[in-house]
Amino acid sequence: MDALDGNAIAGQLVEVFGAELTTATGVCAGCGASGPVAELEVYLEAPGTVVRCRSCKAVLMVLVSRRGVTCVDLHGFAQFDVGRRIRE
Amino acid sequence: MVELLDETPRVRSVVLDPPDWGGHLAGQHVDVRLTAEDGYQAQRSYSIASAPEDEHLVLTVERLDDGEVSPYLVDELRPGDELELRGPIGGYFVWEASTGGPLLLVAGGSGVVPFRSMLRHRAAAGSDAPARLLYSSRSLDEVIYRDEWEGLGADVRFTLTREQPEGWTGYARRIDGELLAEVAWPPAERPLVYVCGPTVFVETAAEALVALGHDPARIKTERFGATGGR
Repeated sequence: MDALDGNAIAGQLVEVFGAELTTATGVCAGCGASGPVAELEVYLEAPGTVVRCRSCKAVLMVLVSRRGVTCVDLHGFAQFDVGRRIRE
Repeated sequence: MVELLDETPRVRSVVLDPPDWGGHLAGQHVDVRLTAEDGYQAQRSYSIASAPEDEHLVLTVERLDDGEVSPYLVDELRPGDELELRGPIGGYFVWEASTGGPLLLVAGGSGVVPFRSMLRHRAAAGSDAPARLLYSSRSLDEVIYRDEWEGLGADVRFTLTREQPEGWTGYARRIDGELLAEVAWPPAERPLVYVCGPTVFVETAAEALVALGHDPARIKTERFGATGGR
């Protein structure tokens, strides 16, 4: 299966966080690579949604929804900077 | 749903008039959710093909035979039917006239849909940013919005990778570094580049652009897959 990118989960992120987050900048805790969420690798068909670092392939974020509840694991990020976007 | 337009044998544009639509930016998408009688839900993302200035919201959908949403949108939907939409979505793969250019758009197949929105927006806004679209399609029959490109005031170049009509004078090869070097502005002119298409297409084009010396920070990409809609 081909990986997509962060644009594909823009709607899911709005649903969970209530804000547009594809322009947010994430820093990978594994290799230090930094970039917009929109450019990260996204696998939609894993059990849940898996987001990986494009440079070192480390898992940055996992979203799993079950019975209307979404669990989000962000442990792969060293930093997650939403800038001014969260207030819009 | 207002109207359904045939674009190619496998692609149709769905013209919508959503109530309380707050407008969108060129390049954004919407999520379409279908709910079956038994409650089963399927959701896919589709790029918006219309400009913010257009009267109606237009989604262009390619029919995937094993898809859960696209066959319904392309074959079953009738004018007057209602659809559940969420959007507009996405703040990254967007272009506004105020962003300027030069604007280089690189499309593979139905990856051209958000670029129609951008180029219609550019025309409607009277932007003087130079714009160039390189559009890769398997054949002329599969070129979406075929009669429209000429009137948009942009430099549109086609490459037909599988089948070319007799007397074809455009490109007839896959997009690679050589073709991009020929079509793109030199890196020194710092074009703003958008690449949209299937994953392999996007990665080939983006890697080739970086190898040619284009600034990765000025290359925006959007990938779609068989299950991702768009």
